[in-house]
Amino acid sequence: MQIHDNPALKAEARNLNFYYGEAKALKGINMPIYDKKVTALIGPSGCGKSTYLRSFNRMHDLYPGNRYEGEIRFFPDNTNLLSPEVDPIEVRMRVGMVFQKPNPFPKSIYENVAYGLRVRGENNKRVLDDKVEHALKGGALWDEVKDRLNELASNLSGGQQQRLCIARALATDPELLLFDEPTSALDPIATAAIEELVHELKKRVTILIVTHNMQQAARVSDYTAYMFLGEMIEFGKTDEIFLKPKDKRTEDYITGRMG
Amino acid sequence: MQPLTTEQIRAVIARGKLKDTIFKALGLFCLSIGLLVIVALIVDMFIKGSERFTLDFFMNFASRRATQAGILSAWVGSLLVMLVTALAAVPLGVAAGLYLEEYAKRNWLTHIIEVNISNLAAVPSIVYGLLALGIFVYQFGFGQSILSAGLTLALLILPIIIVATREAIRAIPAMIREGSMAVGATRWQTCRYHIIPYAMPGILTGVIIGLARAIGETAPIITIGALTFIAFLPPVPFTGEPPAGLFEWVMSPFTVMPIQIFNWTSRPDPAFEVNAAAAGFVLMVMVLSMNAVAIYLRYKMRKNIKW
Amino acid sequence: MNSQAMSANNPSDLPVVSDRLAKNAMRNVSERLIEALLLGAAAVSVLTTVGIVYVLVSESIHFFQQVSIVDFLTDTQWTPLFDDAHFGIMVLVSGTVVSSLVALSVAIPMGTIIAIYLSEFANSKVREIAKPILELLGGIPTIVFGYFALLVVTPVLQVILPELPGFSLLSAGLVMGIMIVPYIASLSEDAMRAVPMSLREGAYAMGSTRLYTALHVVVPAAFSGLAASYILAISRAVGETMILAVAAGMQPNLTWNPMEPAATITSYIVQVALGDLPHGSIGYLTIFAAGLTLLLITLVFNILGQWLRAKFRENY
Repeated sequence: MQIHDNPALKAEARNLNFYYGEAKALKGINMPIYDKKVTALIGPSGCGKSTYLRSFNRMHDLYPGNRYEGEIRFFPDNTNLLSPEVDPIEVRMRVGMVFQKPNPFPKSIYENVAYGLRVRGENNKRVLDDKVEHALKGGALWDEVKDRLNELASNLSGGQQQRLCIARALATDPELLLFDEPTSALDPIATAAIEELVHELKKRVTILIVTHNMQQAARVSDYTAYMFLGEMIEFGKTDEIFLKPKDKRTEDYITGRMG
Repeated sequence: MQPLTTEQIRAVIARGKLKDTIFKALGLFCLSIGLLVIVALIVDMFIKGSERFTLDFFMNFASRRATQAGILSAWVGSLLVMLVTALAAVPLGVAAGLYLEEYAKRNWLTHIIEVNISNLAAVPSIVYGLLALGIFVYQFGFGQSILSAGLTLALLILPIIIVATREAIRAIPAMIREGSMAVGATRWQTCRYHIIPYAMPGILTGVIIGLARAIGETAPIITIGALTFIAFLPPVPFTGEPPAGLFEWVMSPFTVMPIQIFNWTSRPDPAFEVNAAAAGFVLMVMVLSMNAVAIYLRYKMRKNIKW
Repeated sequence: MNSQAMSANNPSDLPVVSDRLAKNAMRNVSERLIEALLLGAAAVSVLTTVGIVYVLVSESIHFFQQVSIVDFLTDTQWTPLFDDAHFGIMVLVSGTVVSSLVALSVAIPMGTIIAIYLSEFANSKVREIAKPILELLGGIPTIVFGYFALLVVTPVLQVILPELPGFSLLSAGLVMGIMIVPYIASLSEDAMRAVPMSLREGAYAMGSTRLYTALHVVVPAAFSGLAASYILAISRAVGETMILAVAAGMQPNLTWNPMEPAATITSYIVQVALGDLPHGSIGYLTIFAAGLTLLLITLVFNILGQWLRAKFRENY
């Protein structure tokens, strides 16, 4: 595939295989992730897109019996994120993640956003105040919550909770932000707000987003990858994937003949 | 404020991981204290009591001389009290569990019963003793008998059996119930031929755990006034002149293992410590083996579920 | 109701329900009878509660006809069987409070640490070994623990604390704490394992270590469950009898010092029951007043527990 105006690489999967115990869930994936761009992963459920996403912050290390093969190179320092010598915690400090269902911690709004900073040992009130405000603004939530920062996060609406989770991830200035179907539990209005936010965020951070909603992929992403049965079928600029897919299987999925 | 350097981040992670390791050690340490207590108890009682592990110890009545004192009336009493407890608590507990899972409608009565059962589990056992003293011993005139003791312990372990029954029933998938109802069985027939048999292993586990708890209970039995010095055995159950004689044994005075241990522990003469240790060891073996059977049953059950 | 609706829609005079489908009266009656029997069994638990309250309250009324409730609550002596009888329940309450505090200061930290370890750190192998151990520990009869406190723990403690008497609230309380550990550990672990994985994943995704996740996310999320386990532990400690009766001595002693021997509410009841008090005498009545006090204390903690649960209900 030919990418003309090649932006800088942020990460690159090289011949990535992944196993849940004996079951092979990812099969030889090669794919670039471009810096300060939004890349969408689409495909029918069970195609491995979430599994692939969760490899970028080594979430699979939390559970026994999971195994990676191959590499995910991370730039500019060209580290292999999957190398056994690399500490998964260090990876997670550089790669943020937003989950399918909003999962605010049982703490105040303020403490939710400050969480990652405290994990890094930051306890200076002034620094925290500043960063929390900045992150909440980045998550487009500041105006709604600035007067009730000490309320429990669980009092917020679903859409607000999801934006809080985005702010929480932003507070620590991640280099790559992973979104795992971030709007699947939200109503259309909250979904639109998140999509707009993703659009805004790519100025600051590289984004990889899993979605089962093709319109969403078309709306928010610069690049799209179509996955099927653990394989990367096609990767390219979003317009090209949607307007003139090269692979028959991609075309079938996009035109709604399967999936 | 600039972002942390890689070195700083690694230092933070290293500190966090050190705390993880320390905590892991602490957790294992606390667990091993628990294990240590069990082992220390068993070993201590076994060594101290070893000179009493003779047939005589099991076949002798209590005595003022430590070397001649035995636990005959105590273990026989414990077995007979357990018999009454099981006969009362098992049918009541299973029936109550069955009612709450299969029959009860969501109304205030059910709610009261459920709140009651969970509250009863937190009532100190000695309060059951006072209940029994007031009701069974004096009101009903059962006196300080095997019957009073057995019923008291039955009430005490009823919540355990009810909860175990309910959990066992809840684990049965709805399709079994629907399958039975679909061929025209009544609710009771469904319970009788499907629910109870399938829930049996779970119920049995609860019954064993309940009885293991009951056999070690001391306070409520002391409270109803069990004697501590008994030099005779109750009549053998179900052997007397029918009809009244069959149940003569339940009205007999008695003592039980824990009371015998308490009695020996509170004597100033250290020679009785040996008896207390030996009897304590026997009681521990009884209780722990009952618990072990229950744990094993549960383990087997978890492996065998096939639906 | 259903059959009426059907007959309204039915123009002909055919019977609505054929004989074969009609309800079988006999079967219906026996089903009802069985249901009533089962309900009766379930009602036994309610009867038990009613019985407990009835016995304790009615006998206590007789007691308070002879002893003023002010004396009962304020007197600093407890000598119900002496000629110069005093009925200051605070004497017994102090023993109960001190021994319970000693027990809880062992049981709450140890139980919580074990729960966090088992729920957040241990792999399934360790858990499979540890859980039965805890269960066995929880199954040991309290009389055996009493023996252990008096004849094993006290002599060991006396090596460290030479002035410790043969009977003390301290050694009874310590062993009581060990006895309570399994309750806290298993209930707290259940509460923490009920915290959804998505919360933990959120914390790990931020780069938290296991302990940080456990203390800052899982424990706060499971707070009401932890609180409930602590409340149950308090009830156990307050109601525990035999360990105290064996190892704490049974003389009434108004003290806040765990190094002293003292009677508790429960061990007093045992002491009286061991003797031969005539039914209805003032000595006999005291144990019901003591029992009522005990029940009220556990009731207060139960209500507190339910209030905590309602106030901090988890909404993950």
